[in-house]
Amino acid sequence: MGSITLEHVKKSFGSNDIIPDASLEIADRSFVVFVGPSGCGKTTLLRLIAGLEDVTAGKVMIDGVDVTNVPPAKRGLSMVFQSYALYPHMSVRGNIGFGLKMAGTARPEIDKKVEHAASILNLTPYLDRKPRELSGGQRQRVAIGRAIVREPKAFLFDEPLSNLDAALRVQMRLEVTHLQRDLATTAVYVTHDQVEAMTMADKIVVLNAGRIEQYGSPLELYERPVNQFVAGFIGSPKMNFITGPAAKEAGAACIGIRPEHIVVTRGGEGWDGTVSVAEHLGSDTFLYVDVPGIGLLTARGTGELGIHSKDKVRLMPTPQHLHRFDEAGRAIR
Amino acid sequence: MARRTTPAKIATNTAAAWLVGFIIFFPILWMIETSFKTELQAFSTPPVFLFFHWTTENYGEVQSRSNYFLHAANSIITAGGSTLIALVIAIPAAWAMAFAPSKRTKDTLLWMLSTKMMPPVGVLVPIYLLYRDTGLLDSRIGLIIVLGLGNLPIVVWMLFTYFKEIPKDILEAARMDGATIGKELLFVLTPMSLPGIASTLLLNVILAWNEAFWTLNLSSSHAAPLTAFIASFSAPEGLFWAKLSAASTMAIAPILVLGWFSQKQLVRGLTFGAVK
Repeated sequence: MGSITLEHVKKSFGSNDIIPDASLEIADRSFVVFVGPSGCGKTTLLRLIAGLEDVTAGKVMIDGVDVTNVPPAKRGLSMVFQSYALYPHMSVRGNIGFGLKMAGTARPEIDKKVEHAASILNLTPYLDRKPRELSGGQRQRVAIGRAIVREPKAFLFDEPLSNLDAALRVQMRLEVTHLQRDLATTAVYVTHDQVEAMTMADKIVVLNAGRIEQYGSPLELYERPVNQFVAGFIGSPKMNFITGPAAKEAGAACIGIRPEHIVVTRGGEGWDGTVSVAEHLGSDTFLYVDVPGIGLLTARGTGELGIHSKDKVRLMPTPQHLHRFDEAGRAIR
Repeated sequence: MARRTTPAKIATNTAAAWLVGFIIFFPILWMIETSFKTELQAFSTPPVFLFFHWTTENYGEVQSRSNYFLHAANSIITAGGSTLIALVIAIPAAWAMAFAPSKRTKDTLLWMLSTKMMPPVGVLVPIYLLYRDTGLLDSRIGLIIVLGLGNLPIVVWMLFTYFKEIPKDILEAARMDGATIGKELLFVLTPMSLPGIASTLLLNVILAWNEAFWTLNLSSSHAAPLTAFIASFSAPEGLFWAKLSAASTMAIAPILVLGWFSQKQLVRGLTFGAVK
């Protein structure tokens, strides 16, 4: 079991409100990702759940029990740090088994559990090495091993993959997702990478300046963002925002259209524009098109379009994918 | 751009280094040499150097007049004990300052260091009276307390700078792993900063070993360490240079050996953790 509830949690450092007021329910066995730009308070929120920071006001509950004043050691959660935070003086075996040792588990029991965790994570050949003798990916696995061996109520991940190279990151992303499903343990995962958020999460919390902007499934966030911030943050390349007469026509202060929802033609309907930059990825083509009166728009076409810089094109947004926002940036439904 | 090193330059540098080393070491050499002279030779002008009749009678004389081993034992106990006390207090204190600092932590650190700038003689009378009334005069435990507390600021400072280098994440990881503060200190912080703690320990032992002001004033015979043993040979009847030298040589021998074997840690300790 591992449901986590935040009730009007507030965190201030001095007179600086990092988290003004956050309430959230994380269901048992779900994978929840906190995402947002740097400095949005996502790591602070995670540390409040962990107990590494004290809340200024509000309540943190785990499985319905108020743990606001319970030290991190007694909350039954485990955490994977961005820096891995392995104990450099202990072997891999010692690192993974440390939590069990602290809990007073018997030696043979520790060995059994450590070896089981190591076999899941392909760490068996490295059990007697020190962390400094391991590669980045292996260190990451040890950090994860340390987290799973204690069979916690929930895993807390603080940007665990940001120190890995791109290829390894994709691989570890999959492994972490699989592991969480197999172990059926609640996971809270912090990242600034919206691709990680979209691919791993059951539910995403988008944070901005310490506020929870939206809490929903990845597709909910993609299809029905509640405001301009979420709309701009989720999706890559970023959503185009258009103000002025074109927006007025649609009855909004601002309209948003995702690059993949713009049909690019050479002579069809739509806005006239000139391609300023064309990026050819093979699988996709990204076009940055200068449209007079509107500005620079990003369009995405599947496959190779054969359109190049300085070409004249027509851009047609698909009407059913148009997002409309009022003056305050809230979505108009 | 790296400076060019020619063989000639290396030779000059080496020679200069040896010369400086010799000048620094000369007083100690002179002392050791004097300890093997007769009292008359020790006085003679012009002074004799190396070519004289070497004798070990001073050492026998010194041991028969005074009990070297008692004083040496006192030195070991007071230096070791005071270091232990200082470490036991300083490790948690430095932990708190490095990992849970408050607004006043910096001031506290500076204040602690400032106590080392006060001349000890300023508090001699109150401490002497305190020791007299509590029966701590001329007791090993009394010396351990005064030396331990006297060196505490330096020990806290040194450990603080070492602890500062340890990433906070690792301690937090231990906390998440269920370690209480005591276990976190014992199983994670202490083993990780062992080199730092070792050099702090060594430096403190040396400081306590060489400390003369408090040991001379607060002990006379029973608890007197080697500093008092040396001082006892500058008698009112006159200075006995050769015997004084023999006593001094015996007093510094243990710490010299210790220092020789732990040079590396000591250098690290003296740079206050600035060198990684």
